[in-house]
Amino acid sequence: MDNSKIKQHISRQFNEEMEDIRNKVLSMGGLVEQQVDLATKAFMGYDMENAEKVVQQDHQVNEMEKDIDHECTEIMAKRQPAAFDLRMLIATIKIITDLERIGDEAARIAKMTMRLEGADYYQDKYYEIEHLLNLVKDMLNGALDAYARNDVEEVIAITEQDAKVDREYTSITRQLITQMMENPRNITRALDMLWAARALERIGDHACNVCEQVIYMVKGKDVRHMSREELERTVNAVR
Amino acid sequence: MTTAQTKTHAIDISALNRDDRSLSEKPETCIKVENLNLFYGQKQALHNVNMEMPRKKVTAYIGPSGCGKSTLLRCINRMNDLVDGVSIRGKILLDGEDIYDKSVNVAALRRRVGMVFQKPNPFPKTIYENVAYGLRIQGINDRHILDEVVEKSLRGAALWDEVKNRLNDNALGMSGGQQQRLVIARAIAIEPEVILLDEPASALDPISTLKIEELINELKEKYTIVIVTHNMQQAARVSDYTAFMYMGELIEFGETSELFTNPVKKQTEDYITGRYG
Repeated sequence: MDNSKIKQHISRQFNEEMEDIRNKVLSMGGLVEQQVDLATKAFMGYDMENAEKVVQQDHQVNEMEKDIDHECTEIMAKRQPAAFDLRMLIATIKIITDLERIGDEAARIAKMTMRLEGADYYQDKYYEIEHLLNLVKDMLNGALDAYARNDVEEVIAITEQDAKVDREYTSITRQLITQMMENPRNITRALDMLWAARALERIGDHACNVCEQVIYMVKGKDVRHMSREELERTVNAVR
Repeated sequence: MTTAQTKTHAIDISALNRDDRSLSEKPETCIKVENLNLFYGQKQALHNVNMEMPRKKVTAYIGPSGCGKSTLLRCINRMNDLVDGVSIRGKILLDGEDIYDKSVNVAALRRRVGMVFQKPNPFPKTIYENVAYGLRIQGINDRHILDEVVEKSLRGAALWDEVKNRLNDNALGMSGGQQQRLVIARAIAIEPEVILLDEPASALDPISTLKIEELINELKEKYTIVIVTHNMQQAARVSDYTAFMYMGELIEFGETSELFTNPVKKQTEDYITGRYG
């Protein structure tokens, strides 16, 4: 299956509208990916300039969400889409909600970074979450890729990665608790880190939601609230 | 106000826990088509069609022009018998009896299987006589019975309130949408089991179309309905089951809700989403 699915309508205008929506979702996704990366790196390295930039970008993401929502509604009213077209629009509306939330989490990290300015308790930089950031970035990237290609091949690997993210989050938490117990002066720093790690972990969950919607869009199966095994079985079920 | 009165009642959630699976159990079959092949002279118009249409449900046939959907519909009350050079192989079972059996009385069959066409075709008679016609040719002339049936049928066709004060006006003076509902009233006056509708709303304005669709929804309480429509959204709205036909073959047949959101066959998907087949 490939992108041509969108381009085969007898109505050329319909093709263009669907294509436009897809492109907008992908640019929104790209922007959100950038936000996550920039915000976390700003947090790790006390980069106020980039933190500021992420907060600014959040408005742009919000506007994109509204714009795409509006376009989907319009197509439904005008063209009464069915089957794949209908599923793609429904999935898109849900996916952009998740993307917007990811943007919010990134902005949360950025705002926290800006509060760090002038704080006297940092000597160490916050590198513990770098690995977590990479895992989450991978997931988000894979989810958007699956959406772009109408392809569920890689989706299971992404949802499996979420388990890794959860383990990483737990291990960071444990590490931070140890640090706090060792020396109460670490508490402020540890709490900052905990919030940031928590935000990244949530972003991983949102990336999984995007994957679930891609499965719905491509396979027509609602896989929300399924165990990983059930999900795998559903995706692999031949139609 | 006492406290007892202000106390909120516990919300009844038993409906949520009820097992609704029985609803999706396979419904009883009314019309069964078995290995049906139809030829117009040398040209084969239907290729080995097999399907089971459930009782008191709406089944819609969709497909591009010339795909055989009207031909299939007309087989159900043997309208194709009237066409020169038609040969039919296979069976159509109505309540388990083959309607193409030699012993079948075609007039009696058509009393059980009524039909409504694309263009309303009322007789150039009064509204009353149009509805009473089917009974009169059966030799029923008792005024009381006729009055009763006419009112019941017109109510059944959601037309009574609009025409009750002008039952003796000529039916040709009605609007297209009213005429179509009158034709439906005429069809249900003789209490058929099945009603065949061949694009019943394609010549009507949107509001009249919605009235016909609403009527179809009411009629399925009593009758098994089969409808041919070019309007896919109409099929999606009114039917419980949809059959997609292409070049004389039945490509896909299933529950409407499933067929329009997640069709099994690529050809079906291409057709309902307006893609190149």
